[in-house]
Order: sequence, then structure tokens, then C-alpha cells
Amino acid sequence: MDLKDKILELQRRREIAAKGGGDKAIEKQLSMGKLTARDRINALLDPDSFHEYDLFVQHDAKDFGMDKKELHGDGVIVGTGTINGRPISIFAQDFTVVGGSLGRMHAGKITKIMDHALKMRMPLIGINDSGGARIQEGVNSLAGYGEIFFRNTLASGVIPQISVILGPCAGGAVYSPALTDWVFVVDKISKMFITGPEVIKSVLGEEISQEELGGARVHAETTGNAHFFARSEQECFEQIKKLLSFIPWNNDEKAPRAVPKPPKAEYDIEKIVPVDPKEPYDVRDVIRALVDDSDFFEVQELWAANAVIGFGRINGETVGFVANQPLVLAGVLDVDSSDKIARFIRYCDAFNIPIVTLVDLPGYLPGIDQEHMGVIRHGAKILYSYSEATVPKITIILRKAYGGGYIAMGSRHLRSDFVFAWPTAEIAVMGPEGAANIIFKKEIAEAPDPEAMRKEKVKEYTEKFANPFVAASKGYIDSVIAPFETRKYIAHAIEVSVNKDAGLPRKKHGIPPF
Amino acid sequence: MSNTGDKKEFNVIRLWDADYHTLLTKKYLNRKPYVPRDEKKILSFMPGTIQKIMVQEGQQVKRGDALLILESMKMMNRVRAHADGIVKHIYVKPGESIPKNHPMIELE
Repeated sequence: MDLKDKILELQRRREIAAKGGGDKAIEKQLSMGKLTARDRINALLDPDSFHEYDLFVQHDAKDFGMDKKELHGDGVIVGTGTINGRPISIFAQDFTVVGGSLGRMHAGKITKIMDHALKMRMPLIGINDSGGARIQEGVNSLAGYGEIFFRNTLASGVIPQISVILGPCAGGAVYSPALTDWVFVVDKISKMFITGPEVIKSVLGEEISQEELGGARVHAETTGNAHFFARSEQECFEQIKKLLSFIPWNNDEKAPRAVPKPPKAEYDIEKIVPVDPKEPYDVRDVIRALVDDSDFFEVQELWAANAVIGFGRINGETVGFVANQPLVLAGVLDVDSSDKIARFIRYCDAFNIPIVTLVDLPGYLPGIDQEHMGVIRHGAKILYSYSEATVPKITIILRKAYGGGYIAMGSRHLRSDFVFAWPTAEIAVMGPEGAANIIFKKEIAEAPDPEAMRKEKVKEYTEKFANPFVAASKGYIDSVIAPFETRKYIAHAIEVSVNKDAGLPRKKHGIPPF
Repeated sequence: MSNTGDKKEFNVIRLWDADYHTLLTKKYLNRKPYVPRDEKKILSFMPGTIQKIMVQEGQQVKRGDALLILESMKMMNRVRAHADGIVKHIYVKPGESIPKNHPMIELE
């Protein structure tokens, strides 16, 4: 054979391997409304940027007739490429090859690309579409999962790790996405659970569909396991690209700077927040009134909506926003919103993204269910992550900041660098009604008209204490600012914090209230 | 944009002594009311199948006596009396599959 023949032979082998499970299996994949693994990679990466490795890897299982089976690429495609010109490593499980099941060599391909990603300090994207462990490979398959989880943990906080669930992801397999930074799901396509409906039925006798048990909506709305919900694979890929535009490539870098743009004129910051602290508004409109081009990229939009987290830019710099949402449950903190906020703060801190906190909350949600679900332990996560974060921390109190909620939401006492308050801010140990009822209990009870006296005392307390000036007089607030000055103050705070150097005591790691 | 004009679409949530206008979540609306624990009723701690019942109604039992076997997660769990008493009522039959927190036996 001359060189030309050898190249033709290579091409022939490539073509066969690239077909994965073959035409019939591909047809079945498409009929389920899913793209093939290869098409997914090509849709996500810059055109012609994907370079594949380990295409000719073969499994070495011998039992149960496996020695007679040839599985192209062993059910997973791995490689590197670029997104918006920046380097990316990626793997995509190929459901057309024995259901994308994970065997030893399949896992070996994944861990190899993970090691590359960590060494080259670039993000890792994993597209999950797999029936789970390859039963014929027994403990070798379990070993493969373990090796992946270990690397997920080592890479955590060093390189961004993105999991895209585009098919089933069940049993132990779900723990790799759970260990990564961001989980993307697509309606009707993503399915995640530890034990599926069949097992639940046989063990517990309870009947439920895959969709109701662990579909995309369940994880986006109920469990909080997913961070981004899309209606189609294409929309999901756009979301991934948008997320990547906001975050740095590794923990030694800063997020890429964008061209600064003013917020859109339609978001008038003075017209969004009602003065009455008991009236709702959408805090996302306040964020949109503050960020470049009014472009706010929300994370976990559907879960624990009483708190809002996400990315935006101020003068071209990426900022992580944390806000109470008075529109939902009056913006209280509870078990889920505490988890949501605390984890996001740790992400921003790990990846050098300044945190801007917008405060407007009546406190933690009272209730037997909340107490019994451990709101103490969960709520403590917010205190922990704010205290531990050393990135620039800027807090703006819009209206209510009562009690424990005031302390938790990026207060001065947790070492926020800048704390500003609007003139509408009410910083107090509790709301005026509650406070007046306690402090003036005797006067109210003994008054000829207790209701009139109560109203008078509430008014008196509101005027004296429900304002930002008491806190400002102690230096807990750095400046009381008008709403329209907010963007300017945030931009300046970020500008002067550029060389911030705040350390923590020497330690291996803390013991956060997980 | 901001939908603060119309108060009618909002619910009221009372927190401490103030009424807040806001939207409620599915999870909040579906939260389970608290049921105080009845010490006399022995509930299933896990879903499972009743394999065997070792006592009869009216029988005197001592603390620690095995009452029944609940098979759950491939484990034969012996459910024991947590106090001396008389078996007042048996709610389950052998072979019956029951969910979590299902009453199995009542003592008095």
C-alpha cells in the first residue's frame, strides 16, 4: 500500500467509526427528537474547530459475549475545539452505541479529556446521554464513574465545568453533573434520577413517569439540580455560549471584558420600586436598570424564585448579582433560596467575579416545615459564603433589611467592601409593626383606643428607625444614595476594588454547613 | 415591565405583623401541614412489604418484643414495641405493600 491507499484506509475507518451505532440507531435517536452526539458538538463549537481524540478506542470486555462486539468509540466522543475563539474541551456520550452505556474505556476517554482540561486550564463541557453503567463490565464500569467523580471534584473551582443533560442520566451517573458548576436541561429530553420509575414501582409500589420523576422541568423548578432550562437543544447551546461569555476560563483569570454599554432607557430605576415596603415589584427590573444593555442572564430562574441570582455587566465587567425578589413570597429567605444564593456566591468567589447584592427582604420564612427541613443549617450557608468570599462585595439596600436577613444579605459585618442604601431603606431588627407591638405593648393595651395608639406608635417607630440614617450614623452604611446614582456607585466600587487583597486565616478548608 | 400597579393579582402573606402583597410558589402552596406524632401508633419508617406478623390483637407485649417483619430495600426489618402495652389494633396483613408512614400497629 502506498501513502494514498493508507490515507484512504484511514478515511474508511474514520467514516465507519463516526457512524457510531449505525444508520438504524441514528434514525432512532433522531426520531426521539434528539441530535446525534457529533451534531451536538458541531452545533455548540465554532465551525470546523472540533478535533477528535480516541476515535479508535475499543473496549476490552470479554464476558457475556462482549468479546464479539465492536463498539465504535466505545460510546463517547471526546475532543477539543473553540467557542467564540476560546479553547474548550468536550465529551459527548453517544446513545446510538449500546445506549451510551459507560464501560471502562468509555470512562477512560472521559477522564483523559478531563485531565487535559485541567492541565490546559480550559472549561470542560460534558454532554450526557447514557443508559448508565454497562452491566456486562461489572465493577470496571463503577470504577469508571468513580474516576470521573474524583476529577470533577479536583477540577471544581479551577476550571468551569458544564454538564448538558440531553437524554437519560440515571443512577450513579447523575453525580458527575451534580459535582459540576452548571447543569443545563432541555424540556422533554433530559431525564435525571438516582432510581428510575421501574425500581420505584418494584420496591415501593409507587407509580410515576420518567418525566414527572426527573424531567427537565422537575429539576429546573422543584429540585434545583438544574441551572438552565431550554425548550430545544439549539436554545440550550445558545444558553451555554451566553454563559461562557460572562465567566473566566479558569480561576487565575478574570472574566473577559465586554464593550461597555448603558442600560436601556425603558428601565427607569426610579419607577420600579414602590415606596411602601409591603408592595411587590420585580427586582430583575432593577438589575436590568443597572446593567449594560439591560442584559441580565439569570441562573435558576424557575427554582426558589424568591431569590434572584445571575450575571450582568457594569461598564463591561462581569458582575454576579444576588437579590431578594419581593415579587415572590415577599422575597423571604428559606431553605431553597439559601442554597441557591450560597452556592452562587461561592462560584463568583472561586472565579474572581465581583458580587453585587440587592437587599429587600422581611427576613427568613417562618414555618414548621422550614424549621424541620433545617432552615438553620441552610440559612447559615449564606452567612458562610458571604463571610468567606474575598472578591469585591458591594451591597445595596433598596428597602427592607430586617433582622437576620439584614446580617445575611452581604452586610458590612460579613466584610462587604461597600454598603450603600437608598433613602427608602428600612434597616431595623424587625418591621415597624412588629417592633411597635413589642416596644409599646403596655401603652397600646392601656390606651382608650388601642388600635389608634398602635397606629400612632407604628408611625413613630417608622419615622425614627425605619430609615437608612441610623445605620449610616454608625458607619454600617457607607453612603445613602439616590436610585439613579446606583450604577455609578457600583461601577466606581468595582474600579477601586481592582487590587483587592483580602485573605483568610491559614486553613486546609473550612467546614461549611453543607 | 414592572407590574406593581395592579394589586389584585397578588396574594397576601402575613409575616410577623405586616401583610405583604406577593406571588406564592407551588412549593409554598403544597407544603404539608404538621401532624404531631402519635406515640401509640407504630408507623412504617420506610415503604415496604409486611412479611410476617408475630402478635395478635389483645396480646400483651413488652418493650423490645418483635411485632412484625417489614421487608424494605431487601432487608427483613424487625419492628419492635417501643413500650410495654397491649396490641389494640393491627392495620396490616402479611403480604401487604405499604407506603412510608403507614400505620401498622396501635398499642395501648
